[in-house]
Amino acid sequence: MPQGDFEGYGGRHVPDPLEEPLDRLANTYDEIADTESFQAELRRLLEEYAGRATPLHHAERLSERYGADVYLKREDLLHGGAHKINNALGQALLAKQAGKDRLIAETGAGQHGTATAMVGALLDLDTEIYMGEKDVERQRMNVFRMRLMGAEVNEVTRGGAGLADAVDAALEDFAGNVADTHYLVGSIVGPDPFPRMVRDFQSVIGREAREQFLDRTGELPDAAVACVGGGSNAIGLFHAFRDDDVALYGAEGGGEGTDSSRHAAPLARGEDGVIHGMRTRVIDEDVEVHSVSAGLDYPGVGPEHAMFRELGRAEYVGVDDDAALAAFRELSETEGIIPALESSHAIARAIELAEAGEHETILVNLSGRGDKDMETAAERFDL
Amino acid sequence: MVDDAASDDAGVDPEPAAGGVEPAEDDGPTTGNSEAIARAFADGPAYIPYLAVGDPDYESSLEYVEALERGGADLIELGLPFSEPIAEGPTIQGAVVRALEGGMTPDRFFEFVEELDVDVPLVCMTYYNLIYQWGEASGPRPFVERAAEAGLEGFVVPDLPAEEADPLRDACDEFGLDLVFIVAPTTEGDRLDRIMSRVSGYVYVQARLGTTGAQDDVSDRTAASLDRLREYDVPKAVGFGISAGEHAERIVAAGADGIIVGSALVDIVAEGAEADRSAETVADRLEALSRELVEGADRGYRARSPTADSR
Repeated sequence: MPQGDFEGYGGRHVPDPLEEPLDRLANTYDEIADTESFQAELRRLLEEYAGRATPLHHAERLSERYGADVYLKREDLLHGGAHKINNALGQALLAKQAGKDRLIAETGAGQHGTATAMVGALLDLDTEIYMGEKDVERQRMNVFRMRLMGAEVNEVTRGGAGLADAVDAALEDFAGNVADTHYLVGSIVGPDPFPRMVRDFQSVIGREAREQFLDRTGELPDAAVACVGGGSNAIGLFHAFRDDDVALYGAEGGGEGTDSSRHAAPLARGEDGVIHGMRTRVIDEDVEVHSVSAGLDYPGVGPEHAMFRELGRAEYVGVDDDAALAAFRELSETEGIIPALESSHAIARAIELAEAGEHETILVNLSGRGDKDMETAAERFDL
Repeated sequence: MVDDAASDDAGVDPEPAAGGVEPAEDDGPTTGNSEAIARAFADGPAYIPYLAVGDPDYESSLEYVEALERGGADLIELGLPFSEPIAEGPTIQGAVVRALEGGMTPDRFFEFVEELDVDVPLVCMTYYNLIYQWGEASGPRPFVERAAEAGLEGFVVPDLPAEEADPLRDACDEFGLDLVFIVAPTTEGDRLDRIMSRVSGYVYVQARLGTTGAQDDVSDRTAASLDRLREYDVPKAVGFGISAGEHAERIVAAGADGIIVGSALVDIVAEGAEADRSAETVADRLEALSRELVEGADRGYRARSPTADSR
């Protein structure tokens, strides 16, 4: 399989001017990423700066209630409050070692932009974040955080002034400034090499969890569950288990239901297509992309998940908004852990699986914390 | 000749002038399928304007495209808007948003092409997802068949890499359409060969690094870009950044077989939509700029050395 090809998904569907910058990036990645000096420095930063290893928590009350042992991989405890930092550190260090002095990134809700601003400050790289004008208005707090850490937030007004337009502006910047600039993509999406590069940096989640689970129980889990938007935290968890006898479950943003016209579940209900530089699964044309969680609100998905689905290696279902919100509340009440709304989709799916009784042990990636979602929760639950 | 729209009518005997188009008996990979496109390059530099179809609405858009022909277009690129474009400049993206808000869809696009009253060849510029997903069967064939039926002569697909172009190229060959590729200033070596082995009709040569957007300065790289492509026997149309007659003049003087103009025209449509101008006023402006560009291209053509002319 050529690099960046996932059984026919993936590839590099970009206008010709982007080919050469992406080639250069891919070469840089291939040259640097496997060197001992790079890996050692990344390990150090992940431990000392980001807070790895993250704990594996046996959610006892939740387990008791549903009759399966549920373990949570606590990525929510990382610096910044989500798994995003694993990838941001990896790419920023790559940029630094490749001699770049500038980082750019796109952000929607502001989580990835914030992670990029952190590593930009840490590694003394000029950082510019492209963010749709509409998102800038909706996510003031994250804009303040990014600016406080020294990043320039560039409000994108073109097109629909949303995430897709921010991606577009960032790509344009990248194409014109590839000599000194690294484009720090936030998920396992887009043209090669981004999907495999981000996958590699997030795979630390599964490697760690696999070892911790073995240490704790002497066995591998029966199932591993993660939420899927672009799919970086899920691929990070799945990758270590791909050759094991472990069932893999992805929980997509089911929105108002995968049978409805408003969801974000291209794997559960979609078709093959070409979007944002990759061949992958895309929601149907007459479906409006929607999820209660901003991080899952994406019309496509990482090509490696499209491959896992096609091969039957992982099963993907949409978890609707209501089920995710119920799980958000339930984990808060049973474990004293407020999960991100994104991660709540994985919790909801794990509860379904526990109730179905097919698996005795279930590992869930708790990819982020829910502080950012308190407004939604307060409104929903009349807190 | 390019300032005379009537000469673009079908049936004009193509002269083996600067276009570099080989006679039809050449079965090499660069031979075009569409005779109409070959003719567009046969009688001097081709003026190739672009507009997004349905920008800002269906009816106005019809008038605008017809105005381009009156202004001297030899071939027209019609943008079929896609909701998730990649690496389009702000200008084209604005057009895409307006067109989508105006209700443009692939089906409406085909109706538009059928209703359009122009005699120059029409090329559809769009993203691969729309071509790939259209119709009941998967793959590009149903879309290409429908495009041929509607009267289109070719495609430009910015996000289709040459390596994955074979299914579309095969469908184009089956229905007699051309598949145009964009070549960036940075494209060379194997990738250039891969692209040029699959191109038909003409090659879209990008003159400036970056995405589409009208600029006052036209890159000096034009000549270098063309030089790099000299060995490939297919018409070379240069785009990106042309917004005035003198740009067109310089680019054609540097050896281009055609000029592609998008952003400068879309700007006129955008201003018209913003200022709520009548479709007639906007159409007149599109026609006037087109004439200026065609005159510039003609000046550039006449300025070329005799050896370049008789190549």
